[in-house]
Amino acid sequence: MTLLLQAIGFGIFILFTVKFVLPPLATAIETRRRQIADGLAEAEKGKASLATAQKEVDKLIAEAKAKATEIVALAEKQRTATIEASKGEAKVAGEREKQMASDEIAQLSVKAKEELRDRVADLAIAGAQRILSREINPQVHAELLNQLKAEL
Amino acid sequence: MSEASTAAQSPTEYIQHHLTNLVSRVRIGEDTWTLHVDTVVTSMLLGLFAFGMLYMISRKVTTGVPGKAQAFFELLYDFVDTQVKDIFTHGDRKFVVGLSLTIFVWVIMMNAMDFLPIDWFAAGMHFIGFEHWKPVPTSDMNTTLALSLSVIGMVIFFSIKAKGFGGYAHELFCTPFSANNIVGIIILAPFNFLFQLIELVSKPLSLALRLYGNMYAGEIIFLLIGMLSFIGVGGAIVGGLLHAGWAIFHILIVALQAFIFMMLTAVYLAMAHEHH
Repeated sequence: MTLLLQAIGFGIFILFTVKFVLPPLATAIETRRRQIADGLAEAEKGKASLATAQKEVDKLIAEAKAKATEIVALAEKQRTATIEASKGEAKVAGEREKQMASDEIAQLSVKAKEELRDRVADLAIAGAQRILSREINPQVHAELLNQLKAEL
Repeated sequence: MSEASTAAQSPTEYIQHHLTNLVSRVRIGEDTWTLHVDTVVTSMLLGLFAFGMLYMISRKVTTGVPGKAQAFFELLYDFVDTQVKDIFTHGDRKFVVGLSLTIFVWVIMMNAMDFLPIDWFAAGMHFIGFEHWKPVPTSDMNTTLALSLSVIGMVIFFSIKAKGFGGYAHELFCTPFSANNIVGIIILAPFNFLFQLIELVSKPLSLALRLYGNMYAGEIIFLLIGMLSFIGVGGAIVGGLLHAGWAIFHILIVALQAFIFMMLTAVYLAMAHEHH
């Protein structure tokens, strides 16, 4: 009797477990396993796309770098050109200034020389006058004096 | 440790008292059937509790992050499923997994009743009004035999289902000894059938006796340790320590016996599906 009852109870418990208890759990585990597998696949895909994106980024950066170098080189060239140009200009301006200054100096020195010559001539005349005032007529010796003046 | 009613008992009476089932005799027609009320009620309550709990968990199952109860159940399920997967390789194993899980859970629950302090339990049941109440259903041969005979019934059922009636009859009469001519087959048939019969009887018997023997022996050792308290307070203290030690060791036996029962069931069912 005990044996029979226990066997019946056992049978009921088995059926209950197989029919009601395990299926939801088994499905849940299966579903979760699938989800995890999907997630891993997704992650793998993400990784791949990340790699391609990285490659793209690298390419863009390289391009930008090249462009930047180009621009810098251009700027360098321009700068050198500008500097050269301004240097030339400055040189020309300096030359001109110098020319002008030396011209002035020359003019001034010519003028000074003339003046000095006049003065010296005058002094010479005055001296000569004083020495020769008594014996030489200025009018008579004017020609001679002028010749002397020109020689100075 | 001992309750008042056992204080005056002799050791023999003490052990006998604890090993007696609560028997109820049921008359069916001419025959009188004995019913071990304690065994049936305890095992059914444990089964209802265990499978009720599992059912509650499985109703609230989510595919997302599992709760602790669900994680525990999944652990259990995965453990059984892995064991069965290695043994049972004949297609859909849903039923075998369910059967194995049922056996494992139920047997472990029934075995675990051994951990209840025997005298306290007896005292409690006595207080409620039951003269005898054996707490461990698996230390009653009726339970283990019921389990093993059901398993063998399933083995026969699945053998016929997998191989057909003719196939199973062929297996019964033509294996393990096979002959090529008809005369040889006929001569060998009785011996083959005898061997198969022995196997069919020995399988459930060994299943039932192994579990029963282990649990019964465990209970007797608890009782022997419990008797130490007859000596006095010192005996009770030593007995308490020994009880703890044996209980800890018994955890292994409880789990192991449930596991062995489950594994052998799976093996027998796998064999039932095998073709020769």
